[in-house]
Amino acid sequence: MATTTATLTVPKTGRRARAASMPRTRRRVDGVYYLFLLPTLILFTLAITIPAVIGIFFSFTDSIGFGDWEFVGLINYVAVFTDPAILQSYLFTFGFAAVTVVVVNAAAFLLAVGLVSRVRWKTGLRAIFVIPMVISGIIIAYVFNFLFSNSVPALGQAWGIPWLSESILANPDLAWVAIVIVTAWQAIPGTLLIYIAGLLSIPGDVYEAADIDGAGKMQQLLRITLPLVAGYVVINVILGFKNFLNAYDIIVGLTNGGPGTATRSIAMTIFTGFSGGDYAYQMANATIFFVIALILSLLQLRLTRGRNVF
Amino acid sequence: MTTQAALAIEDINAERVLDGDAARKPARSRFAMERVNWSGTIVLVLCAFTVLIPLYVTISMAFKTQGQAVDGNAFSLPAPWSIEGFVAAWELTDFPRAFTISLLVTAFTVAGTIILAALASFAISRNWDRKLFRYSFYYLLAAMFLPFPVVALPQIQLTGLAGLDNPVGVTILHIMFQLSFSILLFTAFLRSIPAELEESARIDGATTWQTFWRLVFPLLAPMSATVGIFAFLASWNDFMMPSLIISDPASQTLPVVQNIFQTQFSNNYNVSFASYLMAMAPAIVVYLFTQRWVMEGVTQGAVKG
Repeated sequence: MATTTATLTVPKTGRRARAASMPRTRRRVDGVYYLFLLPTLILFTLAITIPAVIGIFFSFTDSIGFGDWEFVGLINYVAVFTDPAILQSYLFTFGFAAVTVVVVNAAAFLLAVGLVSRVRWKTGLRAIFVIPMVISGIIIAYVFNFLFSNSVPALGQAWGIPWLSESILANPDLAWVAIVIVTAWQAIPGTLLIYIAGLLSIPGDVYEAADIDGAGKMQQLLRITLPLVAGYVVINVILGFKNFLNAYDIIVGLTNGGPGTATRSIAMTIFTGFSGGDYAYQMANATIFFVIALILSLLQLRLTRGRNVF
Repeated sequence: MTTQAALAIEDINAERVLDGDAARKPARSRFAMERVNWSGTIVLVLCAFTVLIPLYVTISMAFKTQGQAVDGNAFSLPAPWSIEGFVAAWELTDFPRAFTISLLVTAFTVAGTIILAALASFAISRNWDRKLFRYSFYYLLAAMFLPFPVVALPQIQLTGLAGLDNPVGVTILHIMFQLSFSILLFTAFLRSIPAELEESARIDGATTWQTFWRLVFPLLAPMSATVGIFAFLASWNDFMMPSLIISDPASQTLPVVQNIFQTQFSNNYNVSFASYLMAMAPAIVVYLFTQRWVMEGVTQGAVKG
């Protein structure tokens, strides 16, 4: 989802920011400002904070989502850590996210380098490359589902290529490849646009100097371009990884977690908590997932702090 | 480097994205004259086909007759062109209903996100010296670290109890999940508006309310467009939240109703593809008309946020 392509810049609390907003004497706050802020604060608390607190609270109980419950301490957490189904979903989701991040960033970076070079039809090509970003993940997954299970095997049979003749989605060892392909197809545009911005922020005279010194194109790419967009790489990698950990829509559309449970993501296991009567148990799972997301976010803040490009 | 200075640099970047490398050309053209990189062009055109082929298949399948769709090759053109798939999909998914629900959810999400986030950001940035406002900022931003799956279960439970297990509940949740990011963009932008502007409005006797609606909100327009585009894409295309929150299948959104083709009618490919096409077309059409803003928005969103 596009939402999370934001990076966090904590506003400067230094002298400058204060001086701009604070008059010399302590003033009264105009009451209307409270009117501006409070509805949002109240709605946000009701819709997000309270559910989060309730969820974490119930992770220490044996609740099934309704009816009576009792405190059971850390039993749910202990059970989560030894549950092979949950461990498998973490293994799958992290592996999938890691591979997808590499694929997406490599492809988006190379495309961006191409799109800022002296190619023809630049505007048209860029417009085409961005289209996948605006299409619903579930729908594009349904389209690819048809391609993977009907069209590709048909081509494989027509050309007599055995490994292409069977649906990749029905193969427990390879179904994840299809998920990586479709996720990458949809995630490349956003990453690409950020890399284009990064590449265009490099002043042209850097390359002029390199030309004079006799550096080849490949050398320029590796020694100049890559280090100068390193900050953009960091941000794209972290944001992408965080996004891919939430994988749900595309997997539902392609394999629905199958074959068996081979491609079941963390989000999918959490959601089984409601239908499966495992409410408290899956809330423990969700809480662990939250802690992981939090650690990644703090890492993101640390790595991007102080870089003015963000 | 201060926030303001950083913003200035990023403004230039955003413009350069739109103009391609126009800004760089004069400096480099002295070295390499305007020679077109044809090998690069060919590679990029081939890559563009990976984007276009699934879209081409969607369109061609949608216009086939049922016989053609089942027997024929997915990559062949429809012969003859037929709209029977669209007619059937229109009725099977109750398209007008699902479309209206999606449209309303998306419209209210966009409007709600822009208004609530702009008001809150204005209050926060103009009272930064007050603890309540400063801490509210960090509080609202914390949701950026909270993936939806983490709070999904209690939200399903609570929306059910509150009678909000319907499109209204989804709209509220969509707005709430857009808030953090939108407030981040708005507060960054508000910092760059000179205080003198607002002071002069106040000297002329404008109240805070009037200053916001007559002066600040219009100034925020470019950022509102960015915030609105993100809210539009997130809300229109969302599958996870409506599929979990909305309990009545008859009031599901457009992406969610497509699942009937996975369980029933799974061999009527022309019907399912016609339905997919009708569901994705609005977003693509909006994109084609707002391309510049979408691209600028993503770049700003990532770089400025």
